[in-house]
Amino acid sequence: MSVKHHISDAFLIDYASGTLSEGWSLAVATHLALCPKCRKRLAAMEGAAGALLDKSAESGGEDVAWARFKARTIDVKVEEIKPVAASPKVPPVLPEPLRSYLGGDLGDLKWRALGRGAYQILIDTKDTETQVRLLRIPAGKPVPEHTHEGRELTLVLAGSFRDGDDLFARGDIEEADGDLLHTPTATEGEDCICLAVTEAPLKFSSWIVRLMQPILKI
Amino acid sequence: MNKKNSDGLAADDLAKSEMVRLLSIVGRERSVEAFEAIFRYYAPRIRSFMVMKTKDRQAAEELMQETMTAVWNKAGQFDPARGNVSAWIYTIARNVRIDAYRRKRPEFDFNDPAFVADDVAPADQEFQQLQEAQLLRGAMETLPEEQLDVLRRAFFDDVSHSTIARDLGVPLGTVKSRIRLAFEKLRSSLEGRL
Repeated sequence: MSVKHHISDAFLIDYASGTLSEGWSLAVATHLALCPKCRKRLAAMEGAAGALLDKSAESGGEDVAWARFKARTIDVKVEEIKPVAASPKVPPVLPEPLRSYLGGDLGDLKWRALGRGAYQILIDTKDTETQVRLLRIPAGKPVPEHTHEGRELTLVLAGSFRDGDDLFARGDIEEADGDLLHTPTATEGEDCICLAVTEAPLKFSSWIVRLMQPILKI
Repeated sequence: MNKKNSDGLAADDLAKSEMVRLLSIVGRERSVEAFEAIFRYYAPRIRSFMVMKTKDRQAAEELMQETMTAVWNKAGQFDPARGNVSAWIYTIARNVRIDAYRRKRPEFDFNDPAFVADDVAPADQEFQQLQEAQLLRGAMETLPEEQLDVLRRAFFDDVSHSTIARDLGVPLGTVKSRIRLAFEKLRSSLEGRL
């Protein structure tokens, strides 16, 4: 079955340009691993960026730059390319880059109960803008109450959920924002495992503390 | 309009296929001569790309050198079937810039057993992608300046859409619709391919 719900241009262009923060990028990159169609869209955006690079202003001084480059690089040994690790026999459920963030596939995870049969794992990133978690919703049950403001990305990795008339299965990604009232419910028959990225709640209300957060690393 | 030669190829496209050839030679034979041609074409372009973010010529020069070092080292990994050297070099420059600002951009891995590959045969893909690269360049020529400007800011300035809106003095919705219109146009030029 191919993916039916795709990532929007707005997220994809920010991923292509490298502006998108780590938490959102994790959901976008994991969706891309499962969706050849969106990888083609990404390639088209990078192609557009390449065409813009061709047209960008020239600045001259290339003789000096080339001389420096030759002296510094050409005679230096080429980096060794790391051999690719042998693939396990059964393909993992969780694709990269998500699997590395979790330190293993589904069987290796330590879930924490959220109540009503739902579980979660918080995923650590360096970015303070988002909150990233893996959710396991019991078959036939709604996604636990989660208040969030701003944007939210939900990527299905196993099972499926329904939101209104839409069905989201493996590889599908749902974009929502704070205005949208939605009550996703896991489909009967299989637990639904999904990656959910939301805008992080601000821990400190004082703007001066917020300003200091990245410096103090709190 | 681009001048066409007897084969009906735009001069621009010829230059691009020349870059594919040169980079493949560097990948296979580590040819310094072939690399110098690539360097002289891309170094000024990457430098101006880096200046957009750093606003500092010396820092930009350093990041350009780092990018070209990565291009030299990774030339063997360039897949000529991708047919688009500028897009590939753009992604390398982008990643050098991300590292310089100590940010993280998780990426998918083609070799991951859970990766869902495209079902197009590699031989067809090669032809398709060369064609697409050409179609895309042609379509870029037809975009209105205001859309090109927003794309340039999004890809090169490394700022959010709301910052672009503020810099241009237009509402955020206008920036988003220009991006959407630009990609709709690019997509329709690749009709049925995306």
